[in-house]
Amino acid sequence: MADAAPVMPASTEVLDGKRPWLIAALRYVNRNPSLGIGMVLLLALALFSGLGRLFVDVSTAAPLSAPPGAAPGPGLLFGSDPQGRNLLSVMILGTWLTIRTGLIAGAIGIVFGSALGLISGYIGGRTDAIITWMIDVLLTVPAILFLVMIAAVVQTGLSSTGMALVVAALAWRKPARAVRSQMLVLRSTGYVEMAKLSGGGPLRIVFLEIVPNLMSFLVSSFVAAVSAAILACVGLEAMGLGPQNEPTLGMTIFWMMEFSAFLRGMWWWILPPVTILIILFVGLYLVNAGLEELSNPRLRQRA
Amino acid sequence: MLVRLILQKILMLLAVVWAAGTLNFFIPRLAPKNPIAEKLTQMAGTSGVDPTKIQEMSEAFNAKFGLDRPLWQQYLSYLGDMAQFDFGYSITKYPVRVADLIAAALPWTLGLMISTTLIAFVLGTLLGAAAGWKRNSRILQILSPLIMVFSAIPFYLLGLVLIYFLAAKAGWFPISGGHGIVSIPEWSWEFAREVLHHAVLPSISIIIASIGTWAIGMRSMMVNVQGEDYMTFAEAKGLKPWRLFLRYGMRNALLPQATALALYFGHVVNGAVLVEIVFSYPGLGSLLLDSIKLFDFPTIYGIVFILTLTVAISMLAIDLIYPLLDPRVRVGGLNG
Repeated sequence: MADAAPVMPASTEVLDGKRPWLIAALRYVNRNPSLGIGMVLLLALALFSGLGRLFVDVSTAAPLSAPPGAAPGPGLLFGSDPQGRNLLSVMILGTWLTIRTGLIAGAIGIVFGSALGLISGYIGGRTDAIITWMIDVLLTVPAILFLVMIAAVVQTGLSSTGMALVVAALAWRKPARAVRSQMLVLRSTGYVEMAKLSGGGPLRIVFLEIVPNLMSFLVSSFVAAVSAAILACVGLEAMGLGPQNEPTLGMTIFWMMEFSAFLRGMWWWILPPVTILIILFVGLYLVNAGLEELSNPRLRQRA
Repeated sequence: MLVRLILQKILMLLAVVWAAGTLNFFIPRLAPKNPIAEKLTQMAGTSGVDPTKIQEMSEAFNAKFGLDRPLWQQYLSYLGDMAQFDFGYSITKYPVRVADLIAAALPWTLGLMISTTLIAFVLGTLLGAAAGWKRNSRILQILSPLIMVFSAIPFYLLGLVLIYFLAAKAGWFPISGGHGIVSIPEWSWEFAREVLHHAVLPSISIIIASIGTWAIGMRSMMVNVQGEDYMTFAEAKGLKPWRLFLRYGMRNALLPQATALALYFGHVVNGAVLVEIVFSYPGLGSLLLDSIKLFDFPTIYGIVFILTLTVAISMLAIDLIYPLLDPRVRVGGLNG
């Protein structure tokens, strides 16, 4: 946690270029602080994980590579856990694994979800009613419970990519619902009617007329999907259902609770994963709020 | 119109329960091996468990799941069992029935979820209403972004932070459990006090993180309501500010909050499961974790089914209360 802060000034210096679009972007961020703060938080995590592996030997994230249960010291900045993992390496690798899992699951969710939403909204009528009803039923089902079942069944030998696929199995529901309702609004706009009258096929209309207008909406849905996917992944890992051979943040939380780190007072085992995850969730939330404001300027006047 | 609406909602509930039951049936069968049979052979292989008991258990499971019958018959009898809350026996605690394990844990989960949801709803709604009403207030301008940021943090991460600072370091609250380790549950003041003391931190971690959700929605509704003509008119009539705030502002801005409440239950179940695990709170979440660790599949399926049912019933309840709040639904003005 102490390492995340010093990285930030460096990133703003890079942005201090003379190019006009940069200045325009910075001016915009000044008006939309949640986007700026969110980006800085996410960038800090990316730098921590990206640059960290240049300075630290990340193979020490494996068990038995450090003295067990050591408190943070000069050679071991974050200390180690009772199984002898160097916790700094675990955090560096775990941050990246968590972000990567979220990106994969979020991307699959948004692609399948928006495809379903676009089809359902474009066709309309009875098909749309049935699809929407099914999505509503599935949305009622608490996601983590079904992910628990899937993960418990496939359990042995789950990699972090497999984990992302498991989470993606339910990640499409919310994007599908949201894109469908946007589609309904856009379907009856003048320019879509115009394109239909001039003989455009459905694919042409959806991809050339509708999707470009939904772009900013899709980007903010994507950020929300990534955040939801990370939430689900870390939750499963914290229940001991994640990949067993990769140093994920959720697994660190699981072992920390199993080995009652609280009673042993091993704060260096508890606080880093929790802090990194909080920074990640708050960063994603702020970026999403900022993007919503970007795509819907009316929110700005209210604030 | 109202009858049709209620029938529609009940149909939705049945569909959700059916979907949950069906997923429960098919997900384990997607696996290459039958997890229950595998677990039983594994237990037979390791010593310590009486072989005759294993034999008895696998017969009970085979009879229960009727593995020799065709799939559709298995499916139908499975749905029938689910409808009667018959989830079979726990593998690790045989011959205890899964339904009994769940019945013992459910009150803890429901107690935690219902009380925290109510407190967070009231606090968040009031805060959001105040923030939307008095947009110039300094305190609220500082407080509301802070609370919104907290809404982004998962309950259990806040829980871990609270355990570390308030339980492990300061020692004000117990680190884990729902009551003292040695005390036996009973109806006494002493025990009630203990339960409350143990519930403080889990509740706070859920409440702090969910206040924001309610405050955001209420604030923007309150801002919208203020622009309505009836507000200007009521103000022109010279009504007292308090009356304006409560009867004209709050009353109208509350409606979307009730809809949000229905959608929120799934979210709180997801979150409460992990909060219980973090605090070793004796509810369904902790039971779920124990079952996962011991591969007690019948218990896992039972918990998933019961929690899904809880969400679906809470949503139905909100949907049925909604017409009382909004007269337009009663007459059939809204989407029918």
